[in-house]
Amino acid sequence: MPVTTLGGHAVHVDHEGFLTDPSEWDDDLATILADQIGLVLTPEHRAVLRFLRDDFAQRGETATLRRASAGSGVPVKELFRLFPQKPAKKMAYVAGLPKPVGCV
Amino acid sequence: MTRQIVVLGAGTAGTMLVNRLRRRLDDTWAITVVDRDDAHPYQPGFLFVPFGGPTEELVRSRHAFVQDGVELVLETVERIDTDAREVLLRDGRLLPYDYLVIASGASVRPDRTPGMLGPQWRTSIFDFYTLRGATALAEALTSFRGGRLVVHVTDVPIKCPVAPLEFTFLADEWLREHGLRSDTELVFVTPLDGAFTKPVASERLGSMLTDRGVVVETDFLVERIDDKTLVSYDGREIPFDLLVTVPLHMGAEFVSRSGLGDELGFVPVDRHAFQSTVDRRIFAVGDACDIPTSKAGSVAHFAVDVLVDNLVELVAGRPMSHSFDGHASCFVESGDHKALLLDFNYETEPLPGTFPAPFVGPMSLLKETRANHLGKLAFRWIYWNVLLPGRPLPLAPAMPMAGKKVPVATT
Repeated sequence: MPVTTLGGHAVHVDHEGFLTDPSEWDDDLATILADQIGLVLTPEHRAVLRFLRDDFAQRGETATLRRASAGSGVPVKELFRLFPQKPAKKMAYVAGLPKPVGCV
Repeated sequence: MTRQIVVLGAGTAGTMLVNRLRRRLDDTWAITVVDRDDAHPYQPGFLFVPFGGPTEELVRSRHAFVQDGVELVLETVERIDTDAREVLLRDGRLLPYDYLVIASGASVRPDRTPGMLGPQWRTSIFDFYTLRGATALAEALTSFRGGRLVVHVTDVPIKCPVAPLEFTFLADEWLREHGLRSDTELVFVTPLDGAFTKPVASERLGSMLTDRGVVVETDFLVERIDDKTLVSYDGREIPFDLLVTVPLHMGAEFVSRSGLGDELGFVPVDRHAFQSTVDRRIFAVGDACDIPTSKAGSVAHFAVDVLVDNLVELVAGRPMSHSFDGHASCFVESGDHKALLLDFNYETEPLPGTFPAPFVGPMSLLKETRANHLGKLAFRWIYWNVLLPGRPLPLAPAMPMAGKKVPVATT
């Protein structure tokens, strides 16, 4: 896996730039990852990211959009506003988690 | 003293499971299977109904397929009391269990998308995941004179994830045969970023859509339906004259009522052993569980093989030693009497090659052939006569790699 440097953090990423080691992530890195895709993080973003991180720690899988909405209490429509166009992928990217697999 | 195994759901997974368990366990074990009705559908057959396919033999009595020595109870499940280890039925009966297997499948929920069950439902909006929907769609197609025919997937997971693609291929063929193809804009709308989730198959299936002049709209998550327009959460609109939708899928309601379901009512389980993540006496198999592979009969079949072996060990007080690899094997009808075959598991995506034997086949993987189509048609007989009774099929549960062509890594 390639190693890349983001704002002074050396992190392992896959070919699409998703972190491959969730333990390399922290709040500071989240700000940098968000900036990479043109997002400025607000407390609302942070609350969703926290749910994704906790859920991943428990289940070992990145939450789907529906699960993120149900678990964080943020409506799907609002997730589209916070992480426009491809919210599931963008949330995972900023949270330092693997790209969600749309279950087959 | 008699001990109890209770299975909830007498569909594909539940029926195979009880029949095979009955042969493996002695009579100190009572096996009970519960279902809310006596109608066992052969769901793969629904795909052909909109295009004039047969409806007879698609639904049969569950009784006929549950063998002697297994008690079939026809009643709705109210909830599971995990502390008391009892299943409460709607008529008030209590079924105590030593081990419980949830095999209650997945159901379509058009009520979960605003506007889907409005005045256009079964007028210009149809599903083909129920026999009633597929039959109504057949009727609608006979009066279809062209326009925008939109095939739509609400969200994943869905049963038989290739079925919407198959429907699109068959619709393309049907429209050509009826001289309507040039007057019809055929659109495929998916919440995924491609035709299928697995890369090699997605590319192959995606190009099969574009080769047929199908417009593909990806990353489309529907928020609501306004009259005859699909509206996504990010504000895109797709108008239709005829919408064939795959509604949201959810697990049985008693699963959620019993506190055993995820956000869609599927039971979280260990993906290799089907044991509930919260209760070691409870297992879930088939479409009812949350394992990350296709919700499909083939998966249920391979999964039941593993679960039966493990349950036999468990009741004998031995550790469960068998592990499921996520094996799925799916025929994909592509129209004009041809089909593809996909074979994959948790680790390995669908690859080209031959199946089940290397070089010989007779079936080809990821390639349209007539042999694959005949394989799919023959499957209905195999389902009723071999699979459900729990007779052995000459296919091992673990996915074979022989006969497959692995792509050379490009990175």
